[in-house]
Amino acid sequence: MMKKTLIASALVGLFASNAAIANEETDKLRQVIAEQQKVLESLEKRLDETDHKLNATAEHVEVAQEDSVFDNTTIGGYGELHYNNYDDSDAKIDFHRFVLFFGHEFSDSIRFFSEFELEHSLSGDGKPGEVELEQAYVEVDINEEVSSKVGLFLIPVGIINETHEPPTFYGVERNGVEKNIIPATWWEAGLAVNFKPAPGLSIDGAATSGLEVGDDFKIRNGRQKVAKAKAENLAYTGRINYTAIPGLELAATLQYQTDITQGGSNFEAPIDTADATLLEAHAIYQVNDFTVRALYARWDINGDEAKELGRDEQTGWYVEPAYKLNEKIGVFARYAEYDNNAGNSDSTVVKSTSVGVNYYLHENVVLKADYEDLGGSKDSQGFNLGFGYQF
Amino acid sequence: MTKFLSVLFIALSMLLSGASFAGKGVYQTPKAFINNAFSGATPEAKILWLTKEDKAVIAEIMQHKYNRMRIRYWQLGDETVWVLDEIGKEKPITIGVHIKEKKISHFKVLTFRESRGDEVRHDFYAKQFLNAKLNDNKQLNQHIDGITGATMSVRATTKIARIALLLNAKVADDNL
Repeated sequence: MMKKTLIASALVGLFASNAAIANEETDKLRQVIAEQQKVLESLEKRLDETDHKLNATAEHVEVAQEDSVFDNTTIGGYGELHYNNYDDSDAKIDFHRFVLFFGHEFSDSIRFFSEFELEHSLSGDGKPGEVELEQAYVEVDINEEVSSKVGLFLIPVGIINETHEPPTFYGVERNGVEKNIIPATWWEAGLAVNFKPAPGLSIDGAATSGLEVGDDFKIRNGRQKVAKAKAENLAYTGRINYTAIPGLELAATLQYQTDITQGGSNFEAPIDTADATLLEAHAIYQVNDFTVRALYARWDINGDEAKELGRDEQTGWYVEPAYKLNEKIGVFARYAEYDNNAGNSDSTVVKSTSVGVNYYLHENVVLKADYEDLGGSKDSQGFNLGFGYQF
Repeated sequence: MTKFLSVLFIALSMLLSGASFAGKGVYQTPKAFINNAFSGATPEAKILWLTKEDKAVIAEIMQHKYNRMRIRYWQLGDETVWVLDEIGKEKPITIGVHIKEKKISHFKVLTFRESRGDEVRHDFYAKQFLNAKLNDNKQLNQHIDGITGATMSVRATTKIARIALLLNAKVADDNL
């Protein structure tokens, strides 16, 4: 009996001592867990702080990359090199246009834009090229619908007059209709207002300097290029442009000039007042990868002198279907007719049929090739190669 | 008489030019776009840190270098919202893209800062992006018709749509 009691006492003592040890270990474990919890919280806090610092650093780096002293000043440009090979003339290679844009934003609603151009690579006495200021104007937003610009700007007419960076059109050279009838590129000095009364509808009005043709009444030669230009007789231009359906553009321009000879000072004898009206209309329609452009332009010039030369009426039109095979390659065909002597009964119309390809090395860099057959009052065939870029 | 009219026209225009200028081109704030997308239950913004490979793919789509290190986005279930910038001709255009089930469910130009090409801000243009998905070539699976005279803006909006869909696929895959 005594023996059993001793064993029982020993066991109770053992359990009690084990329980005491277990309690002690549990307390220690709790203490360790609590300490680890504190470490975890501290690490979590530090992780948040590191995350915060990392984001702040990234923010700083990104802002530093974007900020610059030229934040409000932009530089751009375009250029094109042409090789022309026709039956009736020597083959030529020409860096036709090297253009730099400079712009500056004075505020959210007032900005300056300019286009400075070197044509045909070399200018000076007896050299083939010209240095030209083609745009230099300040544009002011009056509200979301109305803006105005003052200075030297491109006349709102045609397809390529305002947008003529090489990657934006097909063909190495600009088309003959817009070049000889409109005449692109055409800029004047004055004031213009743009009004957007509804989404996709835009109306332009401009009062500017005008053309001054010589005694040949050739429209293209009448560009004074705002170089000490005669401003006795101004030009008034209106354009309406509809783009509310994606892929479609319909536009028409009407210009009236009070005297296209600027008083006839280039003529030996006094002449009739040659007031003139230009009507231009065009449509562009894009369905998936297919695009078609069509344009019509016509000058009507009053006065006996223009009528005698058959240049009281000068007209042209073209249609140009094009297909983009993929992102890199687009092909086109164009048929064009233009006649700077449409007022006479002679067959003076120039007929041009072209086919060609644009290959885009990059969306802003293009290689071009085309073949042109000239008929009507001209008789020649040839091909053109070129490259162009914009940035 | 015509000269007088011209001078009058110029004077009137200059006078108009002096009128108070409205702020140009903020059509919706990013916050409003995001709240609208999630019907007010807007989740916390998340940050996607871009890897070198991500930047290379974005640069390929944009056709120029992409220097940002991370992009903020908002995600709730299979919906994400992205507010991204891309330069049209000279200035960044800010665009909001809401993607649901890997398709664009809302696309809007939030801020337009360029002087030309603002037609892209109108619904008649933006609605072309609805339901657009990304195909295997990282192109949109539906054609976006351009706007003459707004070529650069059209390009910028199309690139942003592609990038938003690409990033959406990335964060969706990361959550798997």
